[in-house]
Amino acid sequence: MIETDLRSAWSVAAKDLEIFKRRKGVLYATMVAPFGVALGFPAVLVAIESVAGAGTISASAAPFLNAFSFWYVILAASLPAGIASYTVVGEKIQKSLEPLLATPMTDGEILLGKIIASFVPPIAAIWASSAVFMALIDLVTRAGLGYLYYPNWSFGVSLLVLVPLASMLSIELTVILSARANDVRSVQQSTGVMVFPFFIIYLMTEIGVIQLTTINLLIMSGIFLLVDLLLFYLSTATFKREEILTRWK
Amino acid sequence: MIETENLTRKFGDLTAVDDLTLRVDDGEVFGFLGPNGAGKTTTIRMLACLISKTSGSAKVGDYEIGNRADEPKIRRNIGLVPDNVGLYEELTAYKNLDFYGRYYKVDKTKRRERIEYFLKLLGLWEKRDVAAGTFSKGMKQKLAIARALIHDPQILFMDEPTANLDPEASKTVRDFILELKREKKTIFLNTHNLDEAQRICDRIAILNTKLMALGTPAELERSISGRKTVVQLESVNDAILSAARRVGTGNVEPVEGNKLMIGVDNPETDNPDILSAIFAAGGRIQFVTEASSTLEDVYLKLVRSQ
Repeated sequence: MIETDLRSAWSVAAKDLEIFKRRKGVLYATMVAPFGVALGFPAVLVAIESVAGAGTISASAAPFLNAFSFWYVILAASLPAGIASYTVVGEKIQKSLEPLLATPMTDGEILLGKIIASFVPPIAAIWASSAVFMALIDLVTRAGLGYLYYPNWSFGVSLLVLVPLASMLSIELTVILSARANDVRSVQQSTGVMVFPFFIIYLMTEIGVIQLTTINLLIMSGIFLLVDLLLFYLSTATFKREEILTRWK
Repeated sequence: MIETENLTRKFGDLTAVDDLTLRVDDGEVFGFLGPNGAGKTTTIRMLACLISKTSGSAKVGDYEIGNRADEPKIRRNIGLVPDNVGLYEELTAYKNLDFYGRYYKVDKTKRRERIEYFLKLLGLWEKRDVAAGTFSKGMKQKLAIARALIHDPQILFMDEPTANLDPEASKTVRDFILELKREKKTIFLNTHNLDEAQRICDRIAILNTKLMALGTPAELERSISGRKTVVQLESVNDAILSAARRVGTGNVEPVEGNKLMIGVDNPETDNPDILSAIFAAGGRIQFVTEASSTLEDVYLKLVRSQ
């Protein structure tokens, strides 16, 4: 098990977050998609109601609303990779890893710092935008449904369990791929492939093959957790001083 | 103090550092010379506990490299200026140092004091709020040195600190190294720059995977050809040559421009005898100087001989 001191890990994360404050493009890119989903889907419902008449959104629309909410899991699987690639490959390009590795911090503390820095901005954007999403969806659907659709247990499981697990998966995969990459874009392209399985799940929910019930989401979370643990083991094996300085390209 | 014994590092079939045995004393500026690929950076990385050794042993301060419990203590006790400065280009000079202070757990007050001290000492205080990415190479190098010293380490490893710097920036860095020497810091300096090594190093090691030579600059200069006295005469003839060969080591070489290159064991006692003999043989002496090989001669001879 890796030895970690949270204060040291936080120092590394604080530095990366400070850099993101200056690289506004990275932060904006992290916020655009979650808030796009938060505003976009309610807007689609408003458009449907304006064409089909007020109160059209009825209980039969519930599975679609659940499917919409799965977009936040898709975003959690894609957005952190963008940031993680900057924190790891970005340092590799700037050649700033060697002095960092020369400090007394353990490999685990440095890696944890990178994970925190990659985890916090997208999760904050996803959670903040999901609050907007829930409020707007409730506003649009309340008349048709006769009750507030959000918050509900399945979206709670998605946001509080599945989203963090999908983010971790994305970050850990990025760390592993960073060992072989020399530019941020190539890592982002490679990790982009990871979104496809999530997208397939989304499509299956839209056509009714999978129901995003609380139980199904918890089963999915269990599978993600196992994959996360495997990737965590691989990423800690990859993120070692010796490996970084002698094997990373 | 740094001490290595038969320190070796292999990468697969390639031996990067082979059986390196040396000792660097406290407060010493120790120059590590060698061509590209000689193993200089690998040695620094092993001593900084960044990569492991294949065999042999080494101590940095009181701690043993390769000992898991000792490695964080070694890292806390050393500073590293890598060949690529590796600054956080988006962050200001102040923030660069501040984050490193935090990595080394330097408390906030001490951190602030040391950042101000180094930035003022290195002429960067006015630029403290400017992003490091906008700095010149010399300024970046100075900032990298300050970063390596933020936690007040006793030992500083510097890998080519003046490479690619203009003469003025190089001089600033060299002067700063000498300032650190006055503060009794131990400095392990990897360099290609022979002139720099000669000027600031107490002792120099020449490495080409294996240790080729080790000594003070003066010892190294004398090491390949022994000590020689050069006598410039008005003219040279056989009688003068014979007379010169009867004293000193007997090794006399006439060289261009009526000069004799005479091997001596001890110039202080041999030179008066040599000059008397030449004078007695009718030689008219114009100048007398001591000849020695330059550090460059020594370096090239050793490196090419392998």
